[in-house]
Amino acid sequence: MLDIFDILGPVMVGPSSSHTAGAVRIGNMARTLLGDTPVTAHIALHGSFAETGQGHGTDKALIAGLLGMKPDNLEIPRSFEVAKEQGLQFDFSEVDLRDAHPNTAVLEVQDAAGHHLKMQASSTGGGRIRVDKLDDVDVGFTGAFNTLIVHSLDISGELAEVTRELSRAKINIANMSLCRSRRGGTVLMVIETDQKIPPVARTLIEELPGVARLTYYEKETD
Amino acid sequence: MALDSMQEIFDKIEKTGKPFWEIVLDTDMDERQVTRDASFEKMRKTWRAMLETDTTYRADRKSVSGLVGGDGRKMRDYAAVGNTLSGGYISEVISVALCTGESNACMRRIVAAPTAGACGVLPAVLIPLWWQYQMPEEEVVRALYVASGIGAVIGYKACLAGASGGCQAEIGTASAMAAGALTALRGGSAAQIGNAVAMALKNLLGLICDPVAGLVEVPCVKRNVVGAVNAVSCADMAMAGIESRVPVDQVIDCMGDVGRRMPVEFRETALGGLAATPFGLSVKQKMKQNKN
Repeated sequence: MLDIFDILGPVMVGPSSSHTAGAVRIGNMARTLLGDTPVTAHIALHGSFAETGQGHGTDKALIAGLLGMKPDNLEIPRSFEVAKEQGLQFDFSEVDLRDAHPNTAVLEVQDAAGHHLKMQASSTGGGRIRVDKLDDVDVGFTGAFNTLIVHSLDISGELAEVTRELSRAKINIANMSLCRSRRGGTVLMVIETDQKIPPVARTLIEELPGVARLTYYEKETD
Repeated sequence: MALDSMQEIFDKIEKTGKPFWEIVLDTDMDERQVTRDASFEKMRKTWRAMLETDTTYRADRKSVSGLVGGDGRKMRDYAAVGNTLSGGYISEVISVALCTGESNACMRRIVAAPTAGACGVLPAVLIPLWWQYQMPEEEVVRALYVASGIGAVIGYKACLAGASGGCQAEIGTASAMAAGALTALRGGSAAQIGNAVAMALKNLLGLICDPVAGLVEVPCVKRNVVGAVNAVSCADMAMAGIESRVPVDQVIDCMGDVGRRMPVEFRETALGGLAATPFGLSVKQKMKQNKN
């Protein structure tokens, strides 16, 4: 749902809320979910992002986001140079995806420690975004909430264990989804919450048997 | 308690005795669970960001395609000579609309209102008034609440994106927001604000979104001028006691309906309108060559 600062806002570097501001947020989301600044990024643009992306600075915006810039950062037009200074190597290609939103990018990023992330995300209008796939598993979250992403083993009771920890920390769940690549494979829990999830609750969840990895995105604040 | 219609806002004004802007503020506090101060300060920052775009404008900046840049300065220089047809305030409205729209195309910082393409309309009507009357900042910030409340209703009942409803959804909405904000600033009643909104939106009904080469440049920058000047005339009409014959909520519904029935060629796809003229196609071709 739109609030009044979606109407009067975002405060952003132009020219397009979907093709520029949304693209910065997509880059930022990939950086957050990777857990560090990437050192390499392969980015594929689909649909309108591929068609008019260059004219809208979509390419510069995605790189700016990967470098941790926010949509109102005046350095966005210079992001390619900043990437060079900070040792981020990147390349762009075009891709034709089936059943994807016209403003979609697929980012494959890696950090210095070798962590790898593949994320497909779309810019859905007004600077809002949606993450559609993480490491090829279907998801659907927007960054409008604090978001916890738990990679766990496909065993019974795992979800209950995770939500119990959240309940103990008095955290209310706004939206939740659970998807797996295949039976017995990796499960991806995406839990969107109203409250911030404190580090201690995150550690308790991470230490649960069956939890392989945990990433956390904290909602943008003013 | 989202803002679902203008009537809902009018009813709340009636019931609580609060002014328009405060109903919108209350809604924001409730929806985002923030204090009155937090909400107001965020809106103040939004206003200052609008001002900053205008004060940091430079005529030598060019957009990616090279089509946009420098017109804001031309208008200001022309107005400075003092021989414009439109006079002091309107000349400056035109200048700010151009400067802000160009700044957006040149990847400068702007406030989407309601979209980046329409970012020039609201600052264009407010900034010259603010300078002219040396108004307290709080008054302008309150006017921004009025504008955002109107935008929220239009977003809920109709649409705000060129891809959904054409330019009438972007510049049309921005113009309606600006007309309402101006009317509130001039001391208009809730009914007068409603009339200003209805007239502004009606006047731009059917406007298509046809960006050359798909870029937020041509004709977007100059359409900000049309949205702003339209807002001024509608606010003046409303203050004069002129009413919209069609009630405001019906006008908003109508804009949404026109948008849904608008051919896809005229909804930001750059397949029709000015984008499909020989000139438009040549720019598209040139951009493609630059890419490869």
